[in-house]
Amino acid sequence: MNAIAFRDATLRLGGRAVLAGVSLEIATGEFVGVLGPNGAGKTTLMRAILGLLAASSGTIQVLGRPAARGNPAIGYVPQMRSAFGTIRLSGFDFVAGIVDGHRLGLPVLGKSARAEVDRALDLVGARELARRPLVETSGGERQRLLLAQALIGRPQLLLLDEPLMSLDPHHQRGVVELVRSLQAELGITVLFSAHELNPLLGALDRVLYLGRGQAALGTVDEVITAPVLSRLYGSEIDVVRLKGRIFVMSGGQDAERDEHRHWDGSAHVHDFQGAPHDDA
Amino acid sequence: MLEYDFMRNAFAAATIVSIVSGLVGYFLVLRGQTFAGHALAHVGFTGATGAVLIGIAPIWGLVAMTVAAGFGMGALGERLTQRDVAIGIILVFALGLGLLFLHFFTSYAMQATALLFGNVLAVDIGTVWILLGLGIFSVAVLAVISRPLLFASLQPELAEAKGVSLRLYSILFLVVVALATAECVQIVGVLLVFALMVGPAAAAQRLTIGIGKGILLSAGLALLEAWAGITLAFYTDWPSSFWITTLSAGIYLFATLVGAGGTRRPARIGFRSLP
Repeated sequence: MNAIAFRDATLRLGGRAVLAGVSLEIATGEFVGVLGPNGAGKTTLMRAILGLLAASSGTIQVLGRPAARGNPAIGYVPQMRSAFGTIRLSGFDFVAGIVDGHRLGLPVLGKSARAEVDRALDLVGARELARRPLVETSGGERQRLLLAQALIGRPQLLLLDEPLMSLDPHHQRGVVELVRSLQAELGITVLFSAHELNPLLGALDRVLYLGRGQAALGTVDEVITAPVLSRLYGSEIDVVRLKGRIFVMSGGQDAERDEHRHWDGSAHVHDFQGAPHDDA
Repeated sequence: MLEYDFMRNAFAAATIVSIVSGLVGYFLVLRGQTFAGHALAHVGFTGATGAVLIGIAPIWGLVAMTVAAGFGMGALGERLTQRDVAIGIILVFALGLGLLFLHFFTSYAMQATALLFGNVLAVDIGTVWILLGLGIFSVAVLAVISRPLLFASLQPELAEAKGVSLRLYSILFLVVVALATAECVQIVGVLLVFALMVGPAAAAQRLTIGIGKGILLSAGLALLEAWAGITLAFYTDWPSSFWITTLSAGIYLFATLVGAGGTRRPARIGFRSLP
């Protein structure tokens, strides 16, 4: 069975077709890296899988059923918000606060709910750090807590939206390795979006590259090529391989980093202030 | 001091209102919507003075206006963020309109002061019963919606994906906040609602990082501030609202100095700083 199947699906946001007539199939148990320039539709694609955005044409099947909101089999880690820093709770309560959150009633945890929270925290190795206040955790630790939240309810499909954003290379590797080991241990399907391919190399099974309304899905060698990416970017792209890393270059510039810097530089500018990037 | 009727009424009203404000305020602070409590109180002033103008009890005008405004703010939701100027102007307009209504009743100068700054010692037994009814209702609604509300507050995108309607809970919660605000005005007045609604809850979140403990502590601190404020007002003959706001500010200051909320490591606040 496919975990995700798009058939000729078009996704529109405010009249603009973010994805136009896309067909793709992702098998159960795959680790797929979702890449592409900003605005290419990485978040939109995930929102469609979650059933928060209906396809304007075509169909989207998730775990054998049409995509629909409230699917308990999907875990989701949205992009981190700045509001995070104001939540004055322990990591445990932050994770536990969402248990059974779709049902009315008092948020009082029973024995089994508490065990479920402990299990999720153990899976991401956050049992200890969950005792600390959320505001005192680092970006990498917060990603682990968010991952624990997403694992509540034992999903079969995990959607991770830019979990590496604003992490330094060391923490980026930590998150990728953690997700990879979770995926292997739990046998779940993972969609992992990122700005850059390199942190994901070695962990991913296939790449889903989005650009200009189109999508290319395949192995790194199939997708990260000059012809495919030139089509997705709409300009001439060179792919340079160097010491096991891959750079996507546009006119001599690193296209992925370029996107990073110019398309939404305001949100990431801090990335470049202190910690150099993997590819810097 | 409890031999006086007005003191017994004051303590009863303060007990009801401070518990309601402490509970509701906890979620208000957690959601980062504290300004909503302030805004609803201002709008409520128009309702209260308008009610006086047409000859009904101010509390009903207050309730009607705050609930309508809470509903509207909840429904507009995200569209209200980054609209500080527009909101500010509407609030000032609401106060101005309230002033005009009062102008037609020059004999109600005392009432104006009571509405703006509160006068818990003037609460009668009838009002106590109204406060009890509204209080039970708002706490009951809060209890029923608390789990999805918490989910929507902590992780809105995930909550939405799991089928929780963010708008529905935003509206229901702001209606509860509106009722709590209307109650609060009886104790500390329109201008000082922050003292009971936000002060204790914010202090509680600095002092404990557990949700359950935080909620209980928030209500407990609000109760303590209200009782101590009334007692101090009785013995000093200074306004009770002065004492309540002073205690609220003092306890919040204390909490920020000793609190566990992470203030001692400011460099780590906010995930934007490098890990």
